[in-house]
Amino acid sequence: MELTINGQTHQVDIEPDTPLLWVLRDELGMTGTKYGCGLAQCGACTVLVHGQATRSCVTPVETVAGAKIMTIEAIETDPVGQKVVEAWVAQQVPQCGYCQSGQVMAATALLKQSARPTDEEIAGAMVNLCRCGTYNAIAAAVREAAQA
Amino acid sequence: MNDMTVPAQASSTGAPLNLSRRGFLGASLGALVLGVALPARQARAQQADAPAIKPGTRVNAFLEIRPDGTVLFRSPFMEGGQGIFTALAQIVGEELDVEPTQFVMEPAPPGPDYLLIGGMRFTGGSMSVRLSYDAMRRLGAAARQMLLQAAAVQLGVPLAELTTEPGRVVHAASGRSLAYGDLAGAAAALPVPENVTLRERADFRWIGKPFARLDIHAKSTGKARYAIDQTVDDMLYGAVQHARRLGMEPGDISNEAQVRAMPGVHSVHRLPGAVAVLANSWWRARRAAEALEVNWTEPASGTANAMPADFSTEGHLAKLKAMPGAGLDFETEGDAAAALAGATQKVEAVYDAPYLAHGQLEPSSALARFNADGTLELWLPNQAPEMFQADAAKVAGLSPDKVILHSQLLGGFFGRHFLYTTANAYPQAILLAKASGRPVKLLWSREEEFLRDALRPMAVARFRAGLDANGLPVAYEAVAVGEGPAGRWFGRKTDKVDSSSVEGIAGKPYAIPNRRIAQIHVDDPMIIGFWRSVGHSMNDFFSETFFDEMADAGKQDPYALRLRLLADKPRHKALLEAVADLSGGWKRGPFTAQDGTRRARGVAMASPFGSEVATIAEVSLRDGEVVVHDVWVAIDPGSIVNPAIINAQVNSAVALGLSSALFEEAVYAEGVPRARNYDGYPILPPDRMPKVHVRIVESGAPMGGIGEPGVPGVPPAVVNAASVLTGKRIRSLPLSKQRLSAGEG
Repeated sequence: MELTINGQTHQVDIEPDTPLLWVLRDELGMTGTKYGCGLAQCGACTVLVHGQATRSCVTPVETVAGAKIMTIEAIETDPVGQKVVEAWVAQQVPQCGYCQSGQVMAATALLKQSARPTDEEIAGAMVNLCRCGTYNAIAAAVREAAQA
Repeated sequence: MNDMTVPAQASSTGAPLNLSRRGFLGASLGALVLGVALPARQARAQQADAPAIKPGTRVNAFLEIRPDGTVLFRSPFMEGGQGIFTALAQIVGEELDVEPTQFVMEPAPPGPDYLLIGGMRFTGGSMSVRLSYDAMRRLGAAARQMLLQAAAVQLGVPLAELTTEPGRVVHAASGRSLAYGDLAGAAAALPVPENVTLRERADFRWIGKPFARLDIHAKSTGKARYAIDQTVDDMLYGAVQHARRLGMEPGDISNEAQVRAMPGVHSVHRLPGAVAVLANSWWRARRAAEALEVNWTEPASGTANAMPADFSTEGHLAKLKAMPGAGLDFETEGDAAAALAGATQKVEAVYDAPYLAHGQLEPSSALARFNADGTLELWLPNQAPEMFQADAAKVAGLSPDKVILHSQLLGGFFGRHFLYTTANAYPQAILLAKASGRPVKLLWSREEEFLRDALRPMAVARFRAGLDANGLPVAYEAVAVGEGPAGRWFGRKTDKVDSSSVEGIAGKPYAIPNRRIAQIHVDDPMIIGFWRSVGHSMNDFFSETFFDEMADAGKQDPYALRLRLLADKPRHKALLEAVADLSGGWKRGPFTAQDGTRRARGVAMASPFGSEVATIAEVSLRDGEVVVHDVWVAIDPGSIVNPAIINAQVNSAVALGLSSALFEEAVYAEGVPRARNYDGYPILPPDRMPKVHVRIVESGAPMGGIGEPGVPGVPPAVVNAASVLTGKRIRSLPLSKQRLSAGEG
């Protein structure tokens, strides 16, 4: 199976129903994408598939063969991702940091689709869980990135 | 080198807990966990034969100034989002005269140098900064002094002619200077000076400032690595299926041969209370572990920690509520019984709060590798390296000095990563690495994490108050029923109340002349643990909500009554006034907000972990649920290191406190939890996060904690506000259990 991740192609030989998350983490060694719940509840595993925020823990790898996948590892090579990271740093968003790869990816997907999102759009897109409760800082950073 | 004498909590092989053996930790640690500042002191008597190392003094154990001028700093405390790495860089950098940005932080290995919490080490109790502040400042100053001495030799000038600027020793007279990085080797060989001069507070450049955290960029780009991310060569991935009830053991596995034949599977193992699969990826290991059809055997009678097959949280709550007796006194003043008997009016209420899961986003994991030289290496999350090292050594059958511990960044802790016998993954990783002869990275699925988490205990509190003819409280009696985690893990004396079970009911500042705070101990069948703000997490909900019941019964405004009962407590009174001011002036409501919603405000105070906190929440009701719009928090930690971190921690604490008030309860029936993932155990989602407004008050009191103190005031402030709208008191959490409707408030 051929995967295109962050502009690079990878050949993987794996059961086709394996979640993308575990292909990234265990087969390809890209551990920036996190496992939180395995049920698409928390969003720690969020990656972009064709620019859309996608929960990789419930995405069978066969369904994204040939798709354009972007992970947190490439975030600063993406112009929108770069802006998001800068806003994350400016707003000092992360605490424990574990959910933040997914949060940054979700924000990047939002701003790719809507460069100037309304507060409602931000609330609608930024639904990942954060046990440290960085939600207000996340919302502020998304607004800041949209202004940048 | 490590001479930590803390006995292992229990081995993974199911050895029974022996509380008495741990009794030596006794009351002093209980007090520590509760956040009462201990005087700094040498290692305890039990460590009399320990090497004569005074924790926090040997510069080379902490600091390595590298040729490029950056400073590698081995942190005695674990970073889990609370900002301790940054705070330490500010504190040490201030005295060392190195920009905090030049620090590279890593968790210190086990060792006597790092036992900075009353002769022990753990990251918890909101104690890291306040208990190490002086030592870390002196350490930085000592290192600077050594660099100055080395420079004096190298430049051939008197020490007195030298000064420093960030990262350099400067000889102003000759215009020469030397970089710290070039002096480090010579400086490190010098003896550590006994006496050092510390900077004046007025000259602080970094302490007290909102310095940016050091780990933010790495954590915003996926570069921060946690235990779950570690890999070593030749590693196998491990997954487990735990017995549904603690104490059950695996018997026959009916499909073991089929599971062995699944893709990537290396081997199938029986562990204490679990079965495990090792495979060449975690997903394969997990699928195989879940596929195992295990005939679980019931625990033999008397098995330690066995979860009763008929245990239910509903039943345990009923048991706590029905416990007879007056309890063991913890805090008394005057004669509560007589004053109650003579009171004009009596108020009585029974409160309860449920078990809570930690729910940190990173599930438990551990990577174990046995090396050819006889050592065992472990990569794992923990809040107490020496204790984990000692226990891991027991599990592995090694001496502690053969266990190399690589503590990891914590993907959230909230109290999750103490030594909780069955709640830690590393014993299984060790056994699996031993059995397979390969390094093993074991990761618990979210479902296994929920099944084996150590829970915040369930608790009940019974209150009786007596009011005088003016509606003012003159008698107050509170009896807490349950078990506290400090007693569970650090030893409990049967004739003494475990303060972690009453903190937040006891220790309140209000001037009520006759008081009795007591506790009835009831063994909790659950594995209970420390949960951010520990006993305060429920007890301040109980006491501060009952406070409003007293106020209502006496026809007093709850804010005004608090102020009145704090008339002789200037620090508390000022803080309460500060939060009222921050919120635009106290108003209880109900009132109609600009968006047309009917709202009310509630207030609460808490005295956790050496800090003082006053909280106001504004809420409305929507579709039977409480919506929290704004939370105002005034916090007085005495003095501060980083206001930006305090702000972040208060936001975080508000989120967790609110989550517990609105949604969280771990429900068990027939000995098993109902929820095994976030779908059944909801935690605060982003759309329920209120605006948070923080005011930091530096009263100059001894430095208090920051990580936890923001939590306890939130549930009572929210519930007090909700009760204004419903016209009925709410005495049980979480609020999502009931459908609330507006009353004639």
